[in-house]
Amino acid sequence: MTMRLRQIFYVFLLGMFVGLSLSGLIYWGFTSIWFGNHLTGNLGRTDVASVTPWLAPIVWEGTFDSRVIDSIYKQQNITIATTVFALGKYTRFLKDFLESAEEHYFVGFRVHFYLFTDQPEEVPNVKLGQERYLTVKTLPSMNRWQDISMSRMEILEKLIENELASEADYIFCLDVDTKFYGRWGVESLGRLVGVIHPWFFNVPRFLFTYEHRPKSQAYIPAGKGDFYYTGAAFGGSLKDVHNLTKTCREQMNIDTANSIEALWHEESHLNKYFLYNKPSKLLSPEYLWRDISMSSGSVKIIRFSHVAKNNAEVRPNL
Amino acid sequence: MASDLSVCHLGLLHILMKVNFYLFFLALTGFSLTGHSVLRVTKDTKPNSEMMKFLQNANTLLLVVAVVSLTGLIFLGYSSTSLRYKEKRFCLKLSYKQPSVVGPDGKVVPVTPWLSPIVWEGTFDPLLIDSIYRQQNITIATTVFALGKYTQFLKDFLESAEQNYFVGFRVHYYLFTDQPEQVPEVKLGEERQLTVLKVPSSNRWQEITLRRMEKLEKLIESRLVNEADYVFSLDVDTKFYGRWGAESLGRLIGVIHPGYYQTAREQFPYERRPESQAFIPYAEGDYYYGGAVIGGLVKDVYEAAKTCREQLDIDAAKSIEAAWQEESHLNKYFLYNKPSKVLSPEYLWQDFKPHTNEVKIIRFSQVIKNYAAVRPNP
Repeated sequence: MTMRLRQIFYVFLLGMFVGLSLSGLIYWGFTSIWFGNHLTGNLGRTDVASVTPWLAPIVWEGTFDSRVIDSIYKQQNITIATTVFALGKYTRFLKDFLESAEEHYFVGFRVHFYLFTDQPEEVPNVKLGQERYLTVKTLPSMNRWQDISMSRMEILEKLIENELASEADYIFCLDVDTKFYGRWGVESLGRLVGVIHPWFFNVPRFLFTYEHRPKSQAYIPAGKGDFYYTGAAFGGSLKDVHNLTKTCREQMNIDTANSIEALWHEESHLNKYFLYNKPSKLLSPEYLWRDISMSSGSVKIIRFSHVAKNNAEVRPNL
Repeated sequence: MASDLSVCHLGLLHILMKVNFYLFFLALTGFSLTGHSVLRVTKDTKPNSEMMKFLQNANTLLLVVAVVSLTGLIFLGYSSTSLRYKEKRFCLKLSYKQPSVVGPDGKVVPVTPWLSPIVWEGTFDPLLIDSIYRQQNITIATTVFALGKYTQFLKDFLESAEQNYFVGFRVHYYLFTDQPEQVPEVKLGEERQLTVLKVPSSNRWQEITLRRMEKLEKLIESRLVNEADYVFSLDVDTKFYGRWGAESLGRLIGVIHPGYYQTAREQFPYERRPESQAFIPYAEGDYYYGGAVIGGLVKDVYEAAKTCREQLDIDAAKSIEAAWQEESHLNKYFLYNKPSKVLSPEYLWQDFKPHTNEVKIIRFSQVIKNYAAVRPNP
């Protein structure tokens, strides 16, 4: 009886000392001075530019601390409006888009999706998280995909004017033939946000597909231009995105009156706008990639990407 | 920017650690006490003397352990309440690694972990930035305090500012002094003006520096809201040696102190006494910002000045003066209201410091001065 008691006691003592020292170590390690807490900072990419010549940050993985940024914005009680257009056969992309958005896009924040479609019955039933809403808006069908793409500017302009003013703080306009694969969070918020086109981020300026005909309002002279931005994703504060969409819409109307259509439609006009109204923040191609199956050295994480599609099959025209 | 205390976002890990610890100590105390009573029982059944001695030792040991774990519990309870801030707006309690200013490869880090640019030579195009801001027709208010013998610094300050500071932009200097007759006659460029504001003298340099926040707050309220877009508050015992331009403009601007940009956060000269409103615990802090430069939009600098002044008043009522006066309070403010743009030590150097590899150009620097000769008190 005494032998057993002694054994139990020794085991108890041993366990206690081990437990105590371990917990002590962990506690102190986390609260400060040990474990080289100072100046290690695994943030700070030097292989890519993380700031533009006008001091707008370029958001890459490794340039920001997601917890710090999340807690800054959580205190601000913001709403992020997000528009997406799914006309004709493009409704087939909605399910993946919305489901992946629920997993990765501004998780934990209030998001209001505005879904524009000509076939509201095709909108899939996707369960949205708390504080996440979806409004379906019906549009008339269109025969040309270029027209669908360009008309987005006017629709966005009107949406901001008429509805969003008191409802949202930020707005993002995203293409629907896409999917989220990684975090897209509050690090992307800013006054005026442009996304670097995934095919043009490490390519010299003379290869950018700007509109080079002076007759078009989207004309950018040779030798000018900072980045080639994609039309598939852009955003910012309501006021600034309203100005952007309004200007692009006006420029496109002038072009139509002059019987000219910019090379890459509203993307050309967007690039012109961003040249003379520099974005306050740029998102790296992590935020709009070519295709999930392709990779590129500096793009270490793909957050949002086009999905493979058969153009001839989904577009109403060629 | 008022935020609810309820939206306080503590790191999950931090909470788990605490809960874990509480449970552990509770269990420990429990085990010790039960162990003690078990041994108590066996003591009564008349065992042999060897076991008696052993049990008595074990008894004492377990009692000691119980006391130790109880002390631990109390300690943790005490430290966690002192770490919890009761004020609004100060609710960013996260533990994360200190950001580095210079990377391991010697290159400067151009952006903070919350994506504010850090302005270094080479990160911006001055012509481009100037053209962007010129289109906005802005006015930059600039406050300086030159009391007592500090008026001797005015001539160099103003002359070098005319050469380097926001050249080509509309600048309005607001000069606080107790001796308006000592203000030197300096020719100002076009669209640049100077207003002298008389203030009472003071016997203590600490007092002078502490009152700056209040003066800045009042000036903004009364004049700057209508007269300027941006405001910078600069120390006067300084001189401009290089360009200080529109690249420094933003919503809320802080400058990294030249003496601490490669220091571990535990060694930052933050105020470390919990009784002060400027208190920052050892595990927290991004950078050590210099109190010699505060800037930004009039509205945002107003918030900063007002908060600092309020905190300074609370401290004064408790007869406590922060380690580095309003610089300590400013650091506390910037920890929980992160600047939208941070200026590198190029924008605040100290003449007596030798040059370093990273700081390739000195734009603004504190001149060497004989403290005894200029301060009204030691």
